[in-house]
Amino acid sequence: EISAWGSLVARRERNLRQLYPTGTSKVYGYVTNSKVKFVMVVDSSNTALRDNEIRSMFRKLHNSYTDVMCNPFYTPGDRIQSRAFDNMVTSMMIQVC
Amino acid sequence: MMSKNDGEIRFGNSAELHGTKVQIPYLSTEKNSFKRMDDEDKQETQSPTMSPLASPPSSPPHYQRVPLSHGYSKLRSSTEQMHPAPYEARQPLVQPEGSSSGGQGTKPLRHQTSLIRSFSVERELQDNNSYLDEPWRITEEQREYYVNQFRSLQPDPSSFISGSVAKNFFTKSKLSIPELSYIWELSDADCDGALTLPEFCAAFHLIVARKNGYPLPEGLPPTLQPEYLQAAFPKPKWDCQLFDSYSESLPANQQPRDLNRMEKTSVKDTADLPVLTQDVTGDDKQALKSTVNEALPKDVSEDPATKSGLLPPPPALPPRPCPSQSEQVSEAELLPQLSRASSQAAESSPSKKDVPYSQPPSKPIRRKFRPENQATENQEPSTVAGGPASAATVKSHPTVQKQSSKQKKAIQTAIRKNKEANAVLARLNSELQQQLKIPKVFIKPNSQRKKEPLEKRSHTKVLLT
Repeated sequence: EISAWGSLVARRERNLRQLYPTGTSKVYGYVTNSKVKFVMVVDSSNTALRDNEIRSMFRKLHNSYTDVMCNPFYTPGDRIQSRAFDNMVTSMMIQVC
Repeated sequence: MMSKNDGEIRFGNSAELHGTKVQIPYLSTEKNSFKRMDDEDKQETQSPTMSPLASPPSSPPHYQRVPLSHGYSKLRSSTEQMHPAPYEARQPLVQPEGSSSGGQGTKPLRHQTSLIRSFSVERELQDNNSYLDEPWRITEEQREYYVNQFRSLQPDPSSFISGSVAKNFFTKSKLSIPELSYIWELSDADCDGALTLPEFCAAFHLIVARKNGYPLPEGLPPTLQPEYLQAAFPKPKWDCQLFDSYSESLPANQQPRDLNRMEKTSVKDTADLPVLTQDVTGDDKQALKSTVNEALPKDVSEDPATKSGLLPPPPALPPRPCPSQSEQVSEAELLPQLSRASSQAAESSPSKKDVPYSQPPSKPIRRKFRPENQATENQEPSTVAGGPASAATVKSHPTVQKQSSKQKKAIQTAIRKNKEANAVLARLNSELQQQLKIPKVFIKPNSQRKKEPLEKRSHTKVLLT
């Protein structure tokens, strides 16, 4: 996995697909320029999801994350408690599921 | 005889009974009073009509008070404080109990009254304006107060306050960090990490509301949206009238907070600077206090309050007379200069850079200070800075430009001290390293035994350095 992240950062790819041995879930990773990583775990049964959608979801996550970072009362590393962020995530999940 | 005794006994009994009976209603009234006081604290429905004081304990029936850990206790204590008064007027039986409870309540609260006063006054301001319907509407007085606070952080009203500055400022309100984070999220509409004037007013208003016990809204209320605020309160009003009328109130308000922030920024940068800034700020405060103390004794009592990190007092207090308007401008200049100077100190730039920077303001004073600095090389930086600083205040005319240059000089002396200390430490370091290598040669008879550990030590030391 670490090597996978390394290749992701090195090649500057924005997404990566990885199948676990069990094959029940797909794991998507997204890394930003500031080495912040977003990981998405998707159930294998959900075949309707395409790469474009995954990428757009990651982009939304990234944008919301930057909004959270703009808040001076948020220290990086804390659990994110932003309501806007939570709303965005739940709306995204509702869309997919 | 027996009958007499019986009679006496009976009389005694009845007297006792009577006594207890008398006491019982007293107790019941006490209980009622306490019960009612508690109810008052919780419901607050009758207090506007009862309390002789204007309106602070009242709260609109629509909104329920959310108990804050810190703020609500203050509110409760303030309401308890005010309640004994009406009860004394109405029920003379309860008077001793009421006054005693009031007395017990006031003693620990006396130090909090100044804290509570600011918020109660703000509550009054809100109550005056049909608060029942729209607690999220900013009144004119509140608006002016927020604008003044904004100016103290950022002199240009069309510019914005950076996130860190705003964070330091709002943290003084003693709200919890998650709540402040949420308030920021609500008020920073464009999520740029900075607050424009309307955004700042919205944030401030939310903080005030929260302090008064109102739950934070789910979304930014329409009356707090930046577009609404900008439309409701057009800019020219902020710039011209307010500036003229409230410019005097700013410097005194500004001074302790600026000093607070100066202390904070200096703590970040170097270890020596806080000592200097405290000395310098002490001198500044003395200079200002001498002029302000005569006018308003209230301000002195609130200066420690502001210094302890609270929000400054509201405009309900009369504006403080300031020595001159130029102070405000020079104070604003001071901060960027100080931050620049402190950043230079952090970078440990050579003193030559500082020399051309500060030479224009005042040459003759610098010449006076230089021999003093050279003579007292090994003294602590605080005393040296305190010396020329106090000398400056004694000798020179107490104008602000001299103060700013004095502070610059204090920082320059600090920089020089640091560099000298660095040089001395570097010399000591090199000497110590040489000393570590030398004993190998001296300790000849035990050379075999002691060489190895010494060599190991010297190796490790070399690695570390």
